[in-house]
Amino acid sequence: MTPRLATLVPLLTAAALVALLARGLLQHDAQAEATSPLIGQPAPVLDLERLDGEAAPLQGEVWVLNVFASWCAPCRAELPVLGQLASEGRVRVVGLDYRDTPELGLAFLKRHGNPYALTWRDPEGRGSLAWGVTGVPETFVIDRRGVVRLRHTGPVTPQDLRQRLLPLIERLKRA
Amino acid sequence: MTAELGHFALLLALAVALAQAVLPSWGAQTGRARWVALARPLAAVSFGLVSAAFAALLACFVQVDTSVAYVAAHASHELPLGYRITASWGGHEGSLLLWVWILAAWGALVAARSAGLPAAFAARVQAVLGAVAAGFLAFIAFTSNPFERLLPAPADGRDLNPLLQDPGMAAHPPLLYLGYVGFAVGFAFAVAALLEDAPDARWTRWARPWVLAAWSALTGGILLGSFWAYYELGWGGFWFWDAVENAAFMPWLLGTALIHSLAVAEKRPGFLRWSLLLALLAFSLSLLGTFLVRSGVVSSVHAFASDPSRGLFILVLLGLAVGGSLTLFAWRGQRAPAAEGYALGSRESLLLLNNLLLATATATVLLGTLYPLAAEVIGGTKLSVGAPYFDTVFPPLMLPLVALLVVGPLARWRVAALQRIKPLLPLALAALAGAAALAFTLQGSLWMAAGIATGLWALGGTLTLAWRQRAAWRHGLPLWLAHAGIGVFVLGVTLVRSLEQSHDLLLAPGEQAVVAGRVLRFERLEAAPGPNYQAARATLSWQVGAMPLRLTPEKRVYGRRQVAMTEAAIARGPWRDVYASLGDADADGRWALRVQVKPFMAWIWAGGLLMAAGGLWGALAHRRRPRALPATAATPSPLTAPTLSTP
Repeated sequence: MTPRLATLVPLLTAAALVALLARGLLQHDAQAEATSPLIGQPAPVLDLERLDGEAAPLQGEVWVLNVFASWCAPCRAELPVLGQLASEGRVRVVGLDYRDTPELGLAFLKRHGNPYALTWRDPEGRGSLAWGVTGVPETFVIDRRGVVRLRHTGPVTPQDLRQRLLPLIERLKRA
Repeated sequence: MTAELGHFALLLALAVALAQAVLPSWGAQTGRARWVALARPLAAVSFGLVSAAFAALLACFVQVDTSVAYVAAHASHELPLGYRITASWGGHEGSLLLWVWILAAWGALVAARSAGLPAAFAARVQAVLGAVAAGFLAFIAFTSNPFERLLPAPADGRDLNPLLQDPGMAAHPPLLYLGYVGFAVGFAFAVAALLEDAPDARWTRWARPWVLAAWSALTGGILLGSFWAYYELGWGGFWFWDAVENAAFMPWLLGTALIHSLAVAEKRPGFLRWSLLLALLAFSLSLLGTFLVRSGVVSSVHAFASDPSRGLFILVLLGLAVGGSLTLFAWRGQRAPAAEGYALGSRESLLLLNNLLLATATATVLLGTLYPLAAEVIGGTKLSVGAPYFDTVFPPLMLPLVALLVVGPLARWRVAALQRIKPLLPLALAALAGAAALAFTLQGSLWMAAGIATGLWALGGTLTLAWRQRAAWRHGLPLWLAHAGIGVFVLGVTLVRSLEQSHDLLLAPGEQAVVAGRVLRFERLEAAPGPNYQAARATLSWQVGAMPLRLTPEKRVYGRRQVAMTEAAIARGPWRDVYASLGDADADGRWALRVQVKPFMAWIWAGGLLMAAGGLWGALAHRRRPRALPATAATPSPLTAPTLSTP
């Protein structure tokens, strides 16, 4: 590498980084609904151990699955919004504690408020694999017939709640 | 009225900063001495005007002038006076004004102390600082005006977020910004050096005390933030690898590399080009951090209310500063001598290795922080990179670096002379044996043994070095403090992470349980009203020795926002902290309690403080030295060649 090229490397790297940031910033508002082959398909069965809450059958009701972990900072920020989702949408929110120890998971819920009616443990990520989860947090809405209707990746913001999740849940409940 | 005065001062400051950015550098370029001479007075005026704006904002907060939108959003009449003042930097607009005020203060300080520098060089430094200040003042004036009126004014404000009503959090942003923004000085020196017609290696010596001071402040700021998270967030963690923490940590890592490369760059021209790049990148990372915190582009618990238009503005500033400086570097950086070869085992080679490891660590953190964004932009998937990634990749990079910090100061310049290390072999063996024994008896992991061995080695080696060179203590102290601090810190982190215990209990007042082999008693529960909150306070006693330890964790509900907060109780000690937090009561009147025993927690803070103290001493000692020598008019006399270095 000639010296001139070598001194250009930092500039080119920085330019790529700024482009990435700009793209991310502009894309941030137009949050595309994450697609998933699961949409329109029956919800995968979760054959896991329970971490917390009551294992009641969810057939015949609209419910929400939220994948979280105690080591995930955005999950922490999302918890109050999930609580709002449960109370305002009058739905049960089921938690899936992804790649976590039961102690840390329970302490996390105790510390930051527990919006989940029921929480499954997923220490090895088997359940998340079945749901095609790519990262935490992730949220799914499942209708009365047990069909996955929405996949939301990243934390649920109050805006997402009002504009996408609550309207959809209302619609599914009336259907 | 006060708000309008503040706004006016802000706009004037913007005009002055623009003049400061343009006139002196134009003068330096065209050889007009009178324009060059404007640089230092303009820096002083700029500082005065930003100070006036900031004082006006403080006045609005002290009076709780709710007709100012920013005040109404962050203060209330219930808020005690001290927190009214600190609330002024509790939100986006005010904290940005604090950012610029600190930049102006650094600029004025540099101006006051640059009498001995060549006039054209000092003028260029001020011009760069003025340009950065102008960018941020424009940002405040056009997108984030803290003086905007809210009419009709509400009867009372929304109060400050209770998490921020705390002395630690009040002091954290100013100290952190002092560090973040301080790297602007190193940046300005590097840019000025690149702008000079003939490359001048002396900039590295002039910049060093400033970089050291900024680094020291940044260390203190990060430490304070971490300390705050530890006692205020109520769950006993102190570092979460959150995007915003990483944003402050990256400039710290690169700043550490910069300090070490500046220490040799003047004498070893091979380090010059690299030092220039590090100085530019350290501040670029500070700007990146500012962008990440304020644009909301990466999810984080710390983020300010995000607003895409603000994000775009900072991104443009970031692009101009980074793009401009790196273009300059690409264009003129090659004038600096090319890299030279160093004997393996010489001090130069070890410093190079230090820089390499620190740069790699920075890149690792950058990757982990921005990977979620890249995945979202490129692949359309959202994911989060958490502690597991950083915990896996970080220690393997850091442990060799910590091990090197004993060897580096002992190595000789130029020659591969590692014989000097030989007397330390017994220490190395002792550290390894001690760590192995400890890890074995405590049944710890391999990482625990490695951490303890490295920590003991760093601490012991540095103390040995200090003892041997005690005659030159004035010169060596900064290095000893900082390096010993790292040893103490590594020991603290390793021991806390491998030995901490956590117990979740459900107790009613009067009941007791066994925690870490001792009896913990829930004595009583009482109401404890505060100035702007209601609290339930539990009194616990933990039986150690004759006197039981008393712990009084609280659960507070802050009035105006009705936010519930956990106020943890911590019994501190040199060997362990006991950390108790109070949860919620269940239907039977039993309370959830979490009691954690954290051995050697205090060592983490002590280590950080030692590092910051070392940096500060280095900056101050450096400052004093050239003054002791007879100053010649334009060029400060070269340092008496030091036998030791003080990175």
